[in-house]
Amino acid sequence: MAKVGSPSEERAGARGRVPSRHPEEGAAGAEGRFKTEEMILNVGPQHPATHGVFRLLATIDGEVLIDADPVIGYMHRGYEKLVEQRDYRQITNLVSRMDWLSGINNELPLALAVEKLMEIEVPPRAQYLRVILCEMNRILNHLMFFASFGAELGAITPTFYAFREREDIQRVMEATTGGRMHFGFFRPGGIKEDVPEGFVEGALAGVRQVIDRLPDYENLLVGNEIFKQRTIDIGILEEEAAYSYGVSGPIARGSGITMDVRKDEPYLVYDQFDFDVQSAPNGDCFDRFWVLIREVGESARIVEQAIEGLPPGPIMGKVPRVIQAPEGEVYVRCENPLGELGMYLVSDGDRRPYRLKIRTPSYSNVSALSYVLKNTYVSDMIAILGSFFFVLGDIDR
Amino acid sequence: MFDITLATWQILVIKIIVILTVVPVGALVGGYAEHKVMAHLQHRLGPMYPGGFHGWATTLADGIKFLYKEDIIPAAADRKVFSLAPAAIMVPIIMTYLVIPIDRALIVEDLDVGIFYLLAVGSLSTIGLLMAGWSSANKYALIGALRSAAQLIAYELPIVLAAVVVAMLAGSLSLIDIVETQNWPFAIWPPGIGFIAFLLFTVGAVAEMTRVPFDMPVAESEIITGPFTEYSGMRYIFAHMFAEMGHMVAFGGIGATLFLGGYQPIVPIPFLDFIPGVIWFSAKTMFMIFLFLWIRPTFPRVREDQLQKFAWKFLIPVGLALVLVTGAWVLYV
Repeated sequence: MAKVGSPSEERAGARGRVPSRHPEEGAAGAEGRFKTEEMILNVGPQHPATHGVFRLLATIDGEVLIDADPVIGYMHRGYEKLVEQRDYRQITNLVSRMDWLSGINNELPLALAVEKLMEIEVPPRAQYLRVILCEMNRILNHLMFFASFGAELGAITPTFYAFREREDIQRVMEATTGGRMHFGFFRPGGIKEDVPEGFVEGALAGVRQVIDRLPDYENLLVGNEIFKQRTIDIGILEEEAAYSYGVSGPIARGSGITMDVRKDEPYLVYDQFDFDVQSAPNGDCFDRFWVLIREVGESARIVEQAIEGLPPGPIMGKVPRVIQAPEGEVYVRCENPLGELGMYLVSDGDRRPYRLKIRTPSYSNVSALSYVLKNTYVSDMIAILGSFFFVLGDIDR
Repeated sequence: MFDITLATWQILVIKIIVILTVVPVGALVGGYAEHKVMAHLQHRLGPMYPGGFHGWATTLADGIKFLYKEDIIPAAADRKVFSLAPAAIMVPIIMTYLVIPIDRALIVEDLDVGIFYLLAVGSLSTIGLLMAGWSSANKYALIGALRSAAQLIAYELPIVLAAVVVAMLAGSLSLIDIVETQNWPFAIWPPGIGFIAFLLFTVGAVAEMTRVPFDMPVAESEIITGPFTEYSGMRYIFAHMFAEMGHMVAFGGIGATLFLGGYQPIVPIPFLDFIPGVIWFSAKTMFMIFLFLWIRPTFPRVREDQLQKFAWKFLIPVGLALVLVTGAWVLYV
């Protein structure tokens, strides 16, 4: 199977044929366009392209989107308030439900924050296992978006391929944690249990499978001429715009920002692994997708290395029977699959947090949507929504 | 031997009964084929339980399920137009079956202007789509209807041009004559010309059926099956599923007739004659249907403006050039 090249190589063939559509002066927004009556199209809250209850108030002129106004909040569950009534062990299961495609990644910053406040030392085996589980979860998350982006562009087959690969990894995760989406596995001080027998073999087989098949998947979409036409130069988010909207994760890296908390401020044991931060310069749907699918390979590499170096030993640090964070405040940020997940924990010395402010990646990422969506076609709107990998629970919390 | 003499009206009734049986059965089989072919292309089994053997009764069960569904007509909809639209979509598709020759004698009506009739009737269902989209009082339906109208007009032309090529090569508009002149199928001989016309026809047919990659008008992830957004129950089945499947089987038959030699053997070897024409025709039709089904899991969807550009700037010029080349071939070779 032919290897897929860098984004610029892949784009070379298709460039020049597709009209460039900068949000401000694109082809769709060009002067002299045949104007018709403007109409407000209500996309969502129930719409297949919004993956949940996301609503978009779109002003359209024929097939051109004049303006798009995202409306969020249909799924607000008040987690930031709920956590104030619960102790730290219970919170784990709450935050796990924020971004339901990457549950275990959500639990991580909470555990890290409590550990930082209480100054708990986490044993290396627990740290390695955390990395493995987080990266496997990242693969699950990214494959899901790989599937849904294809489906949004009308390609149904990637869905089934992605789910086949997901299932292998999902099974390992399930055997380890007992959950398939909401794992509730990380504890302040370590992880809940040691991994079961067969974990190492299962995880290795799962990620090797992904590494083997990834080039085919890339070719299926990235190498497809129609896919290129639908994504290249569509929905451009420039580097400065990405900065100003606080965009992070694969979307920011698709706009040429090489930012990854795992590299910039290594937490856990990420500094011991050899992996690259994938980024692409153009900031369109194609580049975002390209970064996403490349990160699957990087995560698989990390899992392989972590399993090789997995040390024996305990999986829990010295944790008091009652977890009571001392008075103080701490900010922890982690690289969630969708971007930077930050947790600002304020404790007044109680068993419950005084306040937990959560900065979720999807929330900041969708704020850039109305900028990107201006002067695009209705069909491109779907491609752009699909390439702004967001999870509704992560936006609304 | 039997000696049966039937009055004209009796023959007519029998023909109508035959057509009204063939179309739904074809649609059901087509639907089942779609389930199964797509499933196997995507590493899954597809329906396995209904009916016992590999889920053969899936589409039947689907149809019965839709029969039981409530027929909802939106309060704001134009009731008359809304309820008539499925018929306006379905009837032209049924009418195309009239002139397709299944065997030398197995044809409902051998019109002298067979191809012309096919093309004329085939484009009628656009009206039904527009009716459905407009009367639904739904913006998504309206967008879908306008998209499909624009698309069907654009992609009618490549099909017409491909059919013109066939008519020129055969020297007749009658479908029986067209089949009879295909010693070698037109897709093979004359070299190149027939094959390009065949490709033109296939692309146009996929677009006419509004299937992936030209399914912008009914794009599920964007405008939620377009003109049929508000339809439910049997009306939905007739307007969308049945129409699409009926269309697909009809186009399969038309493609087999025009380009693959219809009921004639695929290569002119005398001993192949013992296989009846019905089998040849069905095999070729199934091959065409498989082609249509194969395309769907392979490609993403083309955007509306790209689709129009592809038709007007590429397919139609190619078709026009092909007509010229065919003229030269017919005159000088």
